[in-house]
Amino acid sequence: MIARLLEGVPRRGLVALAALLLVLLVFPAFASGYLLAVGFLILYFAFVGQAWNIMMGFAGQLSLGHSLYVGLGAYAAAALYVHFGVSPWIGLGASIATAVLAGAVIGFLAFRFGVAGVYFAILTIAFSEFARIGFDHFTWVQGSSGFFLPVTNYAANDLWNLRGSPTMFYYLMLGMTAGAFVLCHALLRSRMGYYWLAIRESQEAAQALGVNVFRYKMYAVMISAAMTSLAGIVFAFYYNNLFPEQIFHISRSIELILGPIIGGIGTLVGPLVGALLLTGLAEGMREAMLQLGIDVPGVKQVFYGVCLLLVVMFLPNGVWPPLAKAFGFERRSTDRGER
Amino acid sequence: MPALLEVAGISKNFRGLRAVHDASFDIAEGSINALIGPNGAGKTTIFNMVAGVYRPDSGSIAFDRKPIHGLRPDQICAAGIGRTFQVVKPFAGLSVLDNVMVGAFLTEKTSAGARKVSLAVLEKLHLAAKCDLPASSLTLPDRKRLEVARALATRPRLLLLDEAMAGLRPTECDQMVEVFRELNRTDGLTILLIEHVMRAVMALAQHIGVLHHGEVIARGSPEKIVRDAAVLECYLGEETEV
Repeated sequence: MIARLLEGVPRRGLVALAALLLVLLVFPAFASGYLLAVGFLILYFAFVGQAWNIMMGFAGQLSLGHSLYVGLGAYAAAALYVHFGVSPWIGLGASIATAVLAGAVIGFLAFRFGVAGVYFAILTIAFSEFARIGFDHFTWVQGSSGFFLPVTNYAANDLWNLRGSPTMFYYLMLGMTAGAFVLCHALLRSRMGYYWLAIRESQEAAQALGVNVFRYKMYAVMISAAMTSLAGIVFAFYYNNLFPEQIFHISRSIELILGPIIGGIGTLVGPLVGALLLTGLAEGMREAMLQLGIDVPGVKQVFYGVCLLLVVMFLPNGVWPPLAKAFGFERRSTDRGER
Repeated sequence: MPALLEVAGISKNFRGLRAVHDASFDIAEGSINALIGPNGAGKTTIFNMVAGVYRPDSGSIAFDRKPIHGLRPDQICAAGIGRTFQVVKPFAGLSVLDNVMVGAFLTEKTSAGARKVSLAVLEKLHLAAKCDLPASSLTLPDRKRLEVARALATRPRLLLLDEAMAGLRPTECDQMVEVFRELNRTDGLTILLIEHVMRAVMALAQHIGVLHHGEVIARGSPEKIVRDAAVLECYLGEETEV
């Protein structure tokens, strides 16, 4: 199993990944509270970027409504915990089920009735907006006044109930991000992965080769939704408050797709690199401005805009593909033809 | 010999335009057949009905005695009919080998198995040396070969070739003809081709059907077709390719 996963991955790539993992593992020992929070955010965006990438990067379906799955996952687990004391490790079943169901409905409507391309993207926006407005009036979770989780002291880490220090959340997120990376790697070299790439490149040709396009697009949406909902759970228990206006907002959906776009759509490492660049640089810049005593509102958004502009103009495939080439991390194409 | 494919009285209209009208033909297992006719005669429409892209307005299509009209393209592929496209549709972002592996996954569940089948197919089509290249970097003749390789990787019993030789130089064309002959001889592959290149049709086909204005106006051996008065008038008489 492990041998099959490693097959064809260049050795220097493995060494680099191991080194990266090591750095991330020891990072909390040296990081301040602020840096740890930044580290958590980077891992969070790497994870959701990876999940989104399954739909867009692998299967070629543009979702601009992934905040829907984050929000549903967050609310489902948080509500079960607050109302019934159910551990999020149990509640994640409800989170995944809710998100997968929502993804399946969107996918079914779109793929059955030929809603494709930008129209599909608009449909995903519509559903996340439905949820935003719907949850504003959902009194079981306090509607628009916000849903709060009880905050306890951070003296003891209670992993079972996800009550604990930022360090615990950092390691949890690190585990999830590493897991998502390995999962996507395995998916990409499976039959399903090949079928997704074929659908992305040409649906007509894929169908002529026996690919049930509808079914495999549904798988992509549902797997992506399930993964994204897990990020929502961590979000809920990390921040301890949920507002429909924030968590379902379209800006959240946009924010989470910037990482993979800048890092490299359809690549495994792209979401990681993108999250590191965007979150790392944006936070670094904010910190620098704070030190210098300059206060300009909206500077983060301008920064995102400039980053996107530069990448689109000079690195249309994202930052990672040319880096991979330069460092010799490219897998032999006899194993995988990903770009 | 029993017919592998039986097309009985199929018709297709596009908003009043009669593309195919009451077309019937049989294809025997293990034979090589060609469908010829002037541009707009309805050849590709017939192909697309057999391959499941269009549903016939009337008539029936049976493959191995089972009705297949109305099935989706992927179901028809799974039933054992492979096809190529007139306008080639490579998975441009994937390598040549990965393109073929997508087809091979129809019968192979593991990547290793699919890779093995694909390399064997690429060998047959003289593309093995290029298996690492991205499909987008291939020349047109190689893209045509890749199109055939992908379809073959699904292990079809019947292969539909939509102008697989168009745009090839005569020597390249002869090379393709040899590949199809070999597949037919060694694997018993049944072939139905649409072709304008008469050089290939005459070299390959044992049976020819001629379409004109959506109707089959003649069927028979190549020798018979070239002497058929109706065919000469509508088609061969106007062409100078022979």
